[in-house]
This record gives sequence, structure tokens and C-alpha cells, in this order.
Amino acid sequence: MSVQTSMQAVLKSVDKPVAIAFVFILVMLLAGSLYSSSFLSANYLLQQLQVAAFLGIIASGVMLVILLGHIDLSIPWLVTVGGMMSTAAAGWWGPEWAIPFGVFCGLVFGLINGLGVAILRVPSMIFTLGINAVAQGVMVLHTGGFAPQDHATKLMHWLAVDRSLLGIPNAVFIWAIIGIAVVVLLKRTPLGRYIYAIGNQEAATFLSGVNTKAVLIACFAISGMCSAMAGVLLAGYSNKGYQAMGDPYLLPAIAAVVLGGTHILGGRGSYLGTVAGVILISLLQSILSVMQMPEAGRQIIYGCVIIAMLLVYGRGQKVQS
Amino acid sequence: MKDLKLRLGQSQGVLLAILVFVLMFTLYIANHPAGLTVPVATTAANKAVLLALVAMAQTLPVLTGGLDLSVGMIFIMTNCVASSLVSGDPWQVAVGIVIVLLTGALAGFVNGAIVVYGRLQPIITTLATGAVYYGIALLLRPVPGGEVDEDLADIMTYTVFEVVPTSLVLLLAVVVIIWLPFRNSVIGRGCYAVGSAEGAAYMSGVSIDRSKLAAYTLSGLLAGVAGLMLTFITFSGEASAPIGGTYTLNSIAAVVIGGTSLYGGTGGAIGSIFGAFILRTIDDLLFVFDLPPLWQPLFQGVVLLVAVSLGAARVFRIRNRLELFK
Repeated sequence: MSVQTSMQAVLKSVDKPVAIAFVFILVMLLAGSLYSSSFLSANYLLQQLQVAAFLGIIASGVMLVILLGHIDLSIPWLVTVGGMMSTAAAGWWGPEWAIPFGVFCGLVFGLINGLGVAILRVPSMIFTLGINAVAQGVMVLHTGGFAPQDHATKLMHWLAVDRSLLGIPNAVFIWAIIGIAVVVLLKRTPLGRYIYAIGNQEAATFLSGVNTKAVLIACFAISGMCSAMAGVLLAGYSNKGYQAMGDPYLLPAIAAVVLGGTHILGGRGSYLGTVAGVILISLLQSILSVMQMPEAGRQIIYGCVIIAMLLVYGRGQKVQS
Repeated sequence: MKDLKLRLGQSQGVLLAILVFVLMFTLYIANHPAGLTVPVATTAANKAVLLALVAMAQTLPVLTGGLDLSVGMIFIMTNCVASSLVSGDPWQVAVGIVIVLLTGALAGFVNGAIVVYGRLQPIITTLATGAVYYGIALLLRPVPGGEVDEDLADIMTYTVFEVVPTSLVLLLAVVVIIWLPFRNSVIGRGCYAVGSAEGAAYMSGVSIDRSKLAAYTLSGLLAGVAGLMLTFITFSGEASAPIGGTYTLNSIAAVVIGGTSLYGGTGGAIGSIFGAFILRTIDDLLFVFDLPPLWQPLFQGVVLLVAVSLGAARVFRIRNRLELFK
């Protein structure tokens, strides 16, 4: 009896979407292991986590923005800004400047996103698209005007590729640190409460005396920093920063957050869900590439899986009044 | 008189867009070495009509309070379909065109069905279906190629009576045959109602499902017309994700510049057409003013950002700050 009630308590504390996402992960691993036994090896799983870490870092920032009921479509070029500016800074002022400057550039663009959405009240969808275009323009100018260094520093390479403690990739530790920071932010600080509150009813939050503008700006700034940080690591991973390196990350990042049960209109969602979503997406990509599926089939299956999973648990309410 | 005032007030955004476009285009022609000749106008029209059609396609979902992030990919997919089917005997060409348009409409219908019956959010739905449509395009055209009936392509990309660009005639036809009847129909007005207040529309007996489905389906059809037109211009099909992404982005910008609210309920496709014309003329202006190529992407980005921020003027006029949160 007591075992049963504690089981129920545990089940209750986990959201339905999160639980379903984890079940999907298990099913995919099992299906993969039927195809090749290496799917359940520790090495393969750690490798998946390493690749997932880049997406996970981006998704951490995007999740905060989505919880507000907004969206950040500037991810692709903010990732690129992070990668390219960090390598360039290493060339200009020395390797120790690489990571701080890369993340700083992401912060600047994130702040502009926040200012546009919070102060000018331009819909985030279109404003962040505009910032994405501006960031692209800046990067084109940056590579064309003069020849900046595009090689990653040793530290960036070490962080992205090496495994130092217990054979766990360093990138996973960085994701864990950022993840814990986001969880603490959401659960233990007033800012976290305000984020959920704004996602539910911005006007009510404003009337309660919360500085809603500051909250919006802070979240977009964090999202910009996270994207840039992922860009720094990606540059370390492939040993160089290059144009359009962030392009493949927009759909996966948003999909991961939404598949993890965060409501796209804001106000609801847990970080555990985002973790599940990130792992799910990375695993799906990995299985499709192991099966040597051509790009066309990959895109089709990828889109269909996202729709299918959302149909299982992401459906909205029927409008009745 | 009162009616006229009301109508003018409602179409403020469109009128402003038309004015800006006329000014910019005059500036472009004044600085173009050849001036306003038929070839210059035809080239400008062909490029602008492509974006105008995609922007019209984007307008319909936006009016219902949604968004279609897959229009660019439907555009690319129908381009690939057209490059395989629209050639050969006249009847093959005709059947090919019908299939291309049906493909677009079907893709839009799938978006609509998922949004309406699946009750998923349009942003995430169309982001995912966009990946599917891009995959289908890649399946059809792993490498750029294909062909299209050259006589028809010539007719569509040159001029009528050697004066008016055919593409503009096509655009006008789309407006007269598709957009205007739709806007004035019960379903079309339902789209506006759903976009302004879905709950109130439901209570007033508007068929929300039918309106939304029609909006997305028609959106796909219009993107299909654009895809067909692209094939006539390039004589081939290419599954290019960057082109799809750029058209999606610019279509949203064109809709906003054309005076349609991203929150739904106000605006229209005519405004989006001029929004698209404005965006295209910006590119042309950069060309005639000889801006260094390296600066062009940044300049385009900044212009886009400033254009979409213009709506922010209302923020500084508002007396009651609570209205900001609407």
C-alpha cells in the first residue's frame, strides 16, 4: 500500500509530457539496439550526450524565452556570432579573450532582442528574425573586411571534445552547470516566479508591481548568451568558426523545448522536460544518421515525429467561449 | 463621408506602404542608368511578384492569428514539382500546372488540418511540416535541374503587348480571382473574426474550423503559384533550404510592413503585396547606389529591423500602459 502511494506520488511529481518523452527515449534506444548492439554501449550513450550538450545549452536559453510566451528566432546567427567572434577575439587579443568575448557578443545581441520586445513591444517573432538578419550582416562584414582568425583555441577544443572526469565529456559538464543554474533560477528565485507569471498573464504581473520589462530583457539576454556559448563550443568541436554554423539548430532547439512539455504560448513547463526533449531530438538525429538515411528522408521523418509526438500530448483546448 | 473616413482609417497601413513604395521606386528609376524602360520594369516585376505571392500566402494564416513558417518550403517544393511536370505536350503542361497548384493547396491543407483538428500551435506545426516539405523537395530534386516548357516560361516572364510585365498581370489576376472574392466571402470574413477574437467569433456562430482550414489551404495554393512562377523564371527546380528560409522570413516582414497585425484580425493581402514590393526595391536601391557588396546583408538586416519597429510608434502614444499588454 505504502509502496503504491509513494509510487503515485513520484508519478504525480513528473509531468505527463515529460514521462512520455522519457518513454519515447527508451523505445528509441531499444529499437536502435535491435538494429545494432552498440546502441546500448556506454561509449555510444556518452557520445550522444556530448552532441546533445550543444543543443541542450541553446534550448536552456530558448526555454526561458518560450516560458515568457515569446520566441527567439535569432538562434542560428547568434550561435554563429558566438563561434566566429570567439575565434576572432583569440586572434586579436590572445586566447584568454576567446570565450568571454564570444559570450559577450551573444549578450549584446540578446539585450537588443530584449529591448525591442520589452520597450518597443514589437512581436518577438519578427524582431528576433530582424536581429538574426542583422547578426548575419555583421558576420558577413566581419569575414570580408579583413581576415580574422577562425581557429578555435586549445581551451575551446578541450571543453568541446575532451573527456576529463570519469570519461564524461566536458561539454556535458558545461550543459549540467548551465542546466542547474536555470533550474535554480526558475525554482528558487523571484525572477523564476516572474517568468512563469508573465507567461500566464503579463498584465496581471505588471499590475502586481513586477518590473516586467526587466524580466523580458533578462531572459532574452540569457538566451543570447546561451546561443553564443553553444557557438563557442561548436567552434571548439569542429576547430573553427564559420558562417551559418548555427543554421541547423533553430528547429531542433524549439522542438526540444516544446516536446519537453513547455507550452509554446508560455507559462508552463519544466527544465526536466527540456532535458528529455533535447536527448530525444539528439537520439532521433543519431539513429537516422546511423541508418544512413539520406537527408531528404531524415527531414521528412524528423518533421513527422515532432508532429506525431505533439499530437499525443501537446494538444490545445477546444475554443468554446 | 463617414464611411469613407472609416475605410481610410482602416487601410492606413496599406496606404502608407503604397506611398513608401512609390517614393522608393521613383528614387530607383531616377538613379537607374537606363531609366524606366520595359526591360527594367519587367525584371523588377518578376522578382517582386515572387515575393508578393509568397507574402500573400503568409497573410492568410496571419489574419487568423496564426503564422506559417512553411510557406518558403511549400514554395521550394512546388518549384521542384513544377520542374518535373510542366513540360512536354500542351495537355501535359496543363495537367502539370494543375498538379503543382494542387500540391501547394494540399500542403497548406495539411498545415490547416493539423492546426484545426490536431489543435497544435501554428508556429511549431509549420516549423515541423516545413522540414517535411523540404525533405519532399530534396527527394524530388537531390541536385538542381529539371526543365519547364520554354514557350510558356517566356510568355510568363516577358510582357503583355510589350508594355505590361506578364507577372504583374498574373498577380492582378490572383488578387481579382482569389483574394478579393475570398475576403468578401463568409469564410474570408470569418478569418478576420477568428483573428480578432476567437472566442467571440465562436459565440457568434462563425465556423472557426472552416475559416482556418480555408486560410491555410489557400495559403498553400498561393505559395504553389509562386513556386510555379519561380520555375518559369529559373527554368529549373532546386531544393534549397536557404532560399526557402529567406522567402519565409521576408514574407513575414512584407506582411508586417504591409500593415497586417501579427496578432491577427486586421490587414490584408494587398498591403502585403506592397510590403513585398518595398523589400524588393530596397535590394534594387542598394544596387543602383553601389553599396559595397559586403555591407549589403547588414544594411538589409538593419532596414528590415527598422521597418518592423516602425509599428512601435504606437507605444509612445499610449496613455494607459495596460493597453501595451493586449
